Amino acid sequence: MSTQGIEAGGTGNMPPTLMPEAGAEPLIAIRELKVHFDLGGGTAWDKLVGGSPVKRVVKAVDGVSIDIFPGETLGLVGESGCGKSTLGRAILRLTEPTSGQVLFRGENLALLSERRMRQYRRNLQMIFQDPYASLNPRMTVSQIIGEPLDTFGLARGREGEARIRELMETVGLSPRFIKRYPHEFSGGQRQRIGIARALAVDPDFIVADEPISALDVSIQAQIMNLMARLQRERNLTYLFISHDLRAIRHVSDRVAVMYLGKLVEIADARVVYDDPLMPYTKALISAVPLPDPELEATRQRIVLQGDVPSPINPPSGCRFHTRCPWAIQACKDVVPPLTEIRPNHFAACIRISPDQPDIEQVAPGDAPGLRNPGRIIAQ
Amino acid sequence: MFKFVLRRLIITLPMVVIVVSLTWGLIRLAPGNFYSGEKKIPAAIEKNIREKYGLDKPWYVQYGRMMGSVLRGDFGNSLRYQGQSVNQILLMTLPVSATLGLFSYLIALLVGILAGTLAALKQNSRLDYASMALAMLGLSIPNFVLGPLLVLVLSLSLYWLPPARWGGFPSWNLVLPVLTLSGVYMAYIARLTRSGMLEVLRADYIRTARAKGLSERAVVFRHALRGGLLPVVSFTGPALAFLISGTVVVERIFALPGLGNYFINANLNRDEPLIIGIVAFISIAILLFNLLVDVAYAYIDPRIRY
Repeated sequence: MSTQGIEAGGTGNMPPTLMPEAGAEPLIAIRELKVHFDLGGGTAWDKLVGGSPVKRVVKAVDGVSIDIFPGETLGLVGESGCGKSTLGRAILRLTEPTSGQVLFRGENLALLSERRMRQYRRNLQMIFQDPYASLNPRMTVSQIIGEPLDTFGLARGREGEARIRELMETVGLSPRFIKRYPHEFSGGQRQRIGIARALAVDPDFIVADEPISALDVSIQAQIMNLMARLQRERNLTYLFISHDLRAIRHVSDRVAVMYLGKLVEIADARVVYDDPLMPYTKALISAVPLPDPELEATRQRIVLQGDVPSPINPPSGCRFHTRCPWAIQACKDVVPPLTEIRPNHFAACIRISPDQPDIEQVAPGDAPGLRNPGRIIAQ
Repeated sequence: MFKFVLRRLIITLPMVVIVVSLTWGLIRLAPGNFYSGEKKIPAAIEKNIREKYGLDKPWYVQYGRMMGSVLRGDFGNSLRYQGQSVNQILLMTLPVSATLGLFSYLIALLVGILAGTLAALKQNSRLDYASMALAMLGLSIPNFVLGPLLVLVLSLSLYWLPPARWGGFPSWNLVLPVLTLSGVYMAYIARLTRSGMLEVLRADYIRTARAKGLSERAVVFRHALRGGLLPVVSFTGPALAFLISGTVVVERIFALPGLGNYFINANLNRDEPLIIGIVAFISIAILLFNLLVDVAYAYIDPRIRY
């Protein structure tokens, strides 16, 4: 079951049908999703007033295709600014996608009218990153959790209140606090309110956009465990977005790695951590500290040089080629397709193949014009 | 909350005393007197006048008398409008100024909030640019220019509306002064609303509201407006106090018998009791309206506790 990515040679090929089990139907199928933000520039007016002479476009998400299967947790990792939050929001149309498809039960969400999309919000919900800012400070807990019930006519009046109390208990909040305002709670409690709110409409799919990154480490575990319990009880499907590699490993069934708007590697969570293939993923995984001090002292780290390039007019070819120790000239020219290097293990790198999956066996890059070659250091 | 209101009310009294004292001192510092005019007054008559009004007493006695009358709430008789007490004048002119001010502010609120909200919702659209350009224009044209211009066009050229004078309520006479007066406030409220709404519309909880599946209308009216209008609410206190207690220029232009017009005359005439009375009234109005705004704040934003 070898599948091709989309960007090979710039022409759209077959989307990757990433199946953890043969025959499973994806709940959400994302195809060639792009979210571009136009920063303006390039018009005659801009030249006149001293604006940017070229059109500037942030390619936050640039042609992402992936399937999300019922009941799984798909972890999405990447550095800040790589487009993972934008991808999550674009799936739910909280940010309008520029092009591409988001198929939910065969319906392309990206094309729905706003009115029809609202109906689908019953099935697709989101847990937000910042529990301080994402709750309306002028509403009580009961209003926050109850509003979606009202909107979809699920429960009203006394029945509604009973539902709200039940939801609060489900997420581990005392129903006594039903009339309180968000600012009267701690960060962890607020995140529980946010989760109860998302659960109110009994959704099938939840995008969790960095749900724990604003919380204390001790609270992070509680929230992750709560989410895992809810997933079992309610058969939820999660897209779990985080830059916390350990958290992703803990909660995910499969992990997708993103770099500058593109997916660069997808595999089972354990596989990504134990045997990353794509050079960027290798560098990323090698940055995770090990709990054992002896192992930590001897672990090999790949230290990347330089910063992530700007997503405004990103590098050509493989976007990682400016920092990749193994890059060659071809990496600058060819957009690497997401290829199934091993069964169910996809990576976007032209230097590896099913026959030679280990990049370390390949000689370091000799691409001309690479100003910031990465280096491997043993500590 | 009750304690807070009580504390603020108690503070009102010393504040008024300070304002009135400063006003009284300023009147005394200026040269001239209410009886001094172009014609020289014979010394004997001047002496009689000074005795009658207690101007021959030392300053602290005069000050004490004045403050006593202020604290009793009886400002005494006007020196110029013979036979009328300051309280009568206040009662007579207040309805005129209050009608004009309230109406102007209501219209300014209505148009300003609407324009500001639309501009924020369609940020950087033509509608946004047009309404903000208009608002800039409204802010830049002083009402002593706008008033005569409106009179020139709408009444002296087109004969649509009466150019001046008080016609009671309701009457066509109100239209031009209200338009003139509300212009600046409308523009200011539109800008306040726009910036307030822009800030709130970018807040995370607005995205949460959208994720809940609310209609755009519910997002704007139920979630965004309450937060976005806070700056307008805080502007309302002082604005309303000023508007209701008379707007000097507009009442002058349209020859309206309001507080502002009388305030000007009182100053020109050195009508001390009338000046003191109007100043005391306006300062009380401002203090009370600000208190009302603070109370309103607590209802709009539950995080605020007094």
